[in-house]
Amino acid sequence: MTPNSGWTPDQPIISLRNVHKSFGELEVLKGVTFDVMKGEVVCIIGPSGSGKSTLIRCINALNDIQEGSIQVEGQEVHDAHLDKLELRKKVGMVFQQYNLFPHKTALQNIMMAPVKVLKEPKEEVEKRARALMAKVRLQGKEDAYPGELSGGQQQRVAIARSLAMRPDVMLFDEVTAALDPETVKEVLVTIKDLAAEGMTCILVTHEMGFAREVADHIYFTDRGVIVEHGPPATFFTEASDPRTKEFLSQIL
Amino acid sequence: MEDFFRELAEEAPRWNFIWMYEERQQDKILSGIWMTIKLSVACVVLSVIIGIVGAWLQGARSRIVRAIVQGYIQFFRNTPPFVQLLFFYFALGQFTPVVTGDDGWTQYPIITNVGWAIISLSFFAGAFNVEIFRAGIEAVPNSTQEAAESLGFTRLQTYKEVVLPLAFRVSLPALNNNLVNLVKTTTQALALAVPELLYQSVTIWNDYPSAQYPTMLLVWVVYILLVGILVLGMHRWERGMRIPGYGT
Repeated sequence: MTPNSGWTPDQPIISLRNVHKSFGELEVLKGVTFDVMKGEVVCIIGPSGSGKSTLIRCINALNDIQEGSIQVEGQEVHDAHLDKLELRKKVGMVFQQYNLFPHKTALQNIMMAPVKVLKEPKEEVEKRARALMAKVRLQGKEDAYPGELSGGQQQRVAIARSLAMRPDVMLFDEVTAALDPETVKEVLVTIKDLAAEGMTCILVTHEMGFAREVADHIYFTDRGVIVEHGPPATFFTEASDPRTKEFLSQIL
Repeated sequence: MEDFFRELAEEAPRWNFIWMYEERQQDKILSGIWMTIKLSVACVVLSVIIGIVGAWLQGARSRIVRAIVQGYIQFFRNTPPFVQLLFFYFALGQFTPVVTGDDGWTQYPIITNVGWAIISLSFFAGAFNVEIFRAGIEAVPNSTQEAAESLGFTRLQTYKEVVLPLAFRVSLPALNNNLVNLVKTTTQALALAVPELLYQSVTIWNDYPSAQYPTMLLVWVVYILLVGILVLGMHRWERGMRIPGYGT
């Protein structure tokens, strides 16, 4: 991602064009196109198996694509010459199963990537990590191992771990799906804080109430295509596509 | 003390603890124990390195590299270590270069019998270690590696910082077993005249049949202690590496 990629902040920070993705014979994404502007919060909803998670995994190149284009800050993601490290510095990701490093304490989990990958000085990173622990409301848990934390606490450490890389975009892949209802809230509050600070967020979620509250734009996917989209104010009330209507009627 | 064992040997001719009062025999026992320890440590270290490298190579993209590792494992796992020792020393040993000594005419192979014993036993135990570490690596969830990848870790960094530390913890109990076996298998180096404990003991009881029972007893005791220390150390290590709240 060189400065001369020509990207300026008034252009979409993420731009997908006609993205196709298959796992062998199975085509999961069948031509997805959308843009995300800097500071926008985008929610992707839809039934299981509709390709939501695959979609955001393609954005930080955890999955490759067969056709189309994905650009982050003007840089093509699925380019053989792509410097993956540069991409991952810009795009943070949080997973459904938290995926913390179980052999490291919460603080070490947050510090690891900046120290090992960005080679930043340890003292400086530790300061930042402690600030992030406070930000996700986990002061006092710095030395706890993931196995000693609740799901919600682990997920907030995972968010802090991603933020420690100072990304421009955060991807959230069903981050509350594995949590019990009480802890869902504490994670959502953390994400809401982030959104309020102007972080660009793309969330795959089943939390409709949350999507309605924080999203600037909602996309509904089904069987590998975007069926319907719009701002939350109109999306939930004026959905026209029968598949969207059916999904919403089951969920709301 | 010495007098006691001298008298005992006279009164009970089958219980001649000769290495308790004769310095020459005592030196043999001590040097034998020391050689056994050196052999064990060298083989443990080398076989663990072979295990780690082999497990890493098993994840290689090249099919040929993976096939070579697999062939190595099958060969060393499916043949007796005793035959391997003989093969390495007597068959391969013939082809290794020799160096001429200071006197101008004696020739020494660059790999001694001790060297061959270490190589052979390390490869033997290493084959099992590859499988042990591979199982450990497979136990590390793919999703944890993906998290590292998404944070910008390279494959090597992910391996070093995340996969190995976790895989190692999973592997320790099985590794423990294999290393215990390895230490015991070093006795087979006897066949290459490696002067380890069993070799020295056999020479003692060949020279002094009256010392056979005591020396055999000593061999039992030394191995129980040596392996006991190893197991104790490994268990301590296992406990020390235990992660609070993980896998229990």
